[in-house]
Amino acid sequence: MSEPILSMTRAVAIGLLTIGIGTHTLAADSDWIMQSMSPDLDDIPSLQRGANLYVNFCLGCHSLEHQRYERTADDLGEIPHELMVANVIHTGQKIGEHIQTAMSKEDAKGWFGAAPPDLTMVTRVRSPEWVYNFLLTFYEDSSRPLGVNNKVFPNVAMPHAMLSLQGIQEEVCIGNRPIDLLDVQTALEQDRVESIKEGGVENCGELSLIPGSGMFSVEEYEQAAFDIANFLHYVGDPTRAEREALGKYVIGFLLVLLVLAYFLNRNYWTDVKKN
Amino acid sequence: MSEVTEKGRWVSRSMQWVDDRIPITATFKQHASEYYAPKNFNVWYAMGALALVVLVIQVLTGIWLTMAYVPTGEGAFASVEYIMRDVDFGYLIRYMHSTGASAFFVVVYLHMFRGFAYGSYRKPRELLWLIGMAIYLVLMAEGFFGYLLPWGNMSYWGAQVIVSLIGAIPYFGPELMEWVRGDFVMSGITLNRFFALHVVALPLMLVGLVFLHIVALHHVGSSNPDGIEIKAKKDENGVPLDGIPFHPYYSTKDFVAIVVFLILFCAVVFYAPEMGGYFIEKPNFEEANPLKTPEHIAPVWYYTPFYAMLRAATFPFLGIDAKFWGLIIMAGAILIPAALPWLDRSKVKSMRYKGWFSKIALMNFVACFLVLGYLGTIPPSPIATATAQIMTIVYFAYFILMPWYTTIEQTKPEPERVSH
Amino acid sequence: MSEDTLNTNRRYLLLATTGVAAVGVVGATIPFVQSWQPSARARALGAPIKVNIGKLKPGEILGPLPAWRGQPIFIVNRTPAAIEILENELANLADPDSIESVQPEYTENPYRSRRPEIGVYLGLCTHLGCSPKYYGAVQPEDFESDWKGGFFCPCHGSKFDLAGRVERNLPAPTNLTVPPHYYESDEVLVIGLDGQSA
Repeated sequence: MSEPILSMTRAVAIGLLTIGIGTHTLAADSDWIMQSMSPDLDDIPSLQRGANLYVNFCLGCHSLEHQRYERTADDLGEIPHELMVANVIHTGQKIGEHIQTAMSKEDAKGWFGAAPPDLTMVTRVRSPEWVYNFLLTFYEDSSRPLGVNNKVFPNVAMPHAMLSLQGIQEEVCIGNRPIDLLDVQTALEQDRVESIKEGGVENCGELSLIPGSGMFSVEEYEQAAFDIANFLHYVGDPTRAEREALGKYVIGFLLVLLVLAYFLNRNYWTDVKKN
Repeated sequence: MSEVTEKGRWVSRSMQWVDDRIPITATFKQHASEYYAPKNFNVWYAMGALALVVLVIQVLTGIWLTMAYVPTGEGAFASVEYIMRDVDFGYLIRYMHSTGASAFFVVVYLHMFRGFAYGSYRKPRELLWLIGMAIYLVLMAEGFFGYLLPWGNMSYWGAQVIVSLIGAIPYFGPELMEWVRGDFVMSGITLNRFFALHVVALPLMLVGLVFLHIVALHHVGSSNPDGIEIKAKKDENGVPLDGIPFHPYYSTKDFVAIVVFLILFCAVVFYAPEMGGYFIEKPNFEEANPLKTPEHIAPVWYYTPFYAMLRAATFPFLGIDAKFWGLIIMAGAILIPAALPWLDRSKVKSMRYKGWFSKIALMNFVACFLVLGYLGTIPPSPIATATAQIMTIVYFAYFILMPWYTTIEQTKPEPERVSH
Repeated sequence: MSEDTLNTNRRYLLLATTGVAAVGVVGATIPFVQSWQPSARARALGAPIKVNIGKLKPGEILGPLPAWRGQPIFIVNRTPAAIEILENELANLADPDSIESVQPEYTENPYRSRRPEIGVYLGLCTHLGCSPKYYGAVQPEDFESDWKGGFFCPCHGSKFDLAGRVERNLPAPTNLTVPPHYYESDEVLVIGLDGQSA
């Protein structure tokens, strides 16, 4: 994670937490400024933790219907299949099968109004960054049927699945904060900082965590959200690592061929140049 | 030594046996080792060979994709993911095909620009040019039908928009639209027939037309950057003085170009197959959903110049509504280059010897095509639409004013022999 | 550069370029050839299966279902009399000791099975792949008056005994294949893995 985000996290740990600042990407469906996140497919422990969190907190509703357990086990650091069956597959499925949810689509429709979408390619339809921020920005909203809302996906029809881990977030007005908290300026988008400085204009809609309401610390929860987004990034395109490794050899080979082809062509064309 | 001659004799006798029955050697001579091409080709003249390479890539990967693809509304999307994940190297074959589609248009557009710049369409190459235009049209149709097949949400709505264009035709448009879809919406039935056209009908036409294109080319002979006919000056054996055998000189040269192309192609296939959403769009990772339009629909980049012109028609004119005008303008824009052989009245063929009017017109045209291409990718706004309208006029002006500006401008004299 | 050097260089360059390009062409065929291998889906469907044989009575057969890798499997429960026939009636068999036939090491015995009474066989004739039919009883059949019980292939007339051993002078060259299998418990049979029997 980048330095500004870390320092910011420290700064707000006193009482209030501001999430959602860092880079200047706006979420597609809202004007929320998303926190940056760059997935890392080489971080196998992160991917494994992400898979585990996904199975425990997401798979109840969201299938990964194009992805197989077996490939997941093999790709994420060659997890032994018995271990995978014993610890990860909770649905009684076989190792070779697709990662399905135990819940029927009809039931889900009845409970949430719409069947929860399959997430195999959510990071390709949206982005890993979007998933990361989505997981970070659930907050209490009594106007919603399930009592929670989300900053990057407003009016989302799902509960906060990891509420017990993160804890409860509330909307606050940043203008009301003690002035020293504005040390986080570097991480804030410049014009927003300006607007806050100028007489503490009301800047509501930021999120703050009720301390002690979740099992995880802020850092731990951010790591968990990162791990899940990272795992889904892998699931979206599981052959990426293989493809990129293969590409080096193919392009290297073609470069050798290019050198030969170039000199062969130059040799032949000396005939033409002579005339 | 005697063994070598013995062996040599055996080979030449076998070859003779074959040649008596099918003209392999004669054909090779006619089209390669004794086909005389101008010796002053530059890199623009490699695009035709590259297009042929892409055609082979597309045919091969296409055949392999159909081995695992399921052409039904229920199965198509999942079968693409099946290819991407479950089939060994399926991801590679699929990405080669999706990248190949874009690569095809890249080289074809460059190939066509070569024709614009050096007057390759001029007499005696009018039919060669028209066959090329037919190839371009079939290629556009091929791309369009193929784009529906992954059955992603962008596939679905992109096809929906283009098919709806047919509805703009007065009187029988709506009925025609239903007939094309075979349903009241885009559905599995539509997918099935598009599949048949994409994998059987159009490739057959394409290969046939490419064959004719080469036959016509080898009959009239290749043009060159100087725009003069090398056949006008021949030696005592009837070989053009400025001609060199295609094989080995251009076969080796094209081979260098092919390897360079393959390096670029592989760079995309292995490291950026989505090409930032220009080759494969984000909404296409979601299955087709007839109830949910993606927020912003744009066709694939190679259609966007024409799409921008389609959208630029915003007002009725001469009693014809804007929607139908859009269709007319788009069709006109695609077809009008076919008239080039008769629009260009210049004394010279090549841009090297044409006057400033032609040079500025061509630069202007290319810029306008690129701007339209960009406009076609972004959501409409008043400024974008106004720009597109102006650019549409510029686009057509290039062609319509050509008989005028090519005759009044001062040209330079063409050289006697090619500059090399 | 002299004409000679030019030509020598040309020959070497031509050889090297052609050679490397040929390697490239061969390399390019790998993905296309490899893509014909059974896919992850086929492998998942071909995963080992578990069969409960608790209700299979002596003299009965379970099959041609269940299928392993989409192929029919025969599971027979042999009576003591049938086991005796397997031990003694060897004269007519083409490969009585299963030297030429395909089976896991642990089934290289007269019963061609882990347990004398239970036989597990791939239900595909080794001739041209038809699925033989089960004729378990010792009684005269249309195809043989002196039938001792076993399998008969309707396609080309091959006959197998209850251990899947083929009779001599018939089209099928070898005995029925024994798939890898083991007993997870007394009643649960796993087909597709060589594991340790309980």
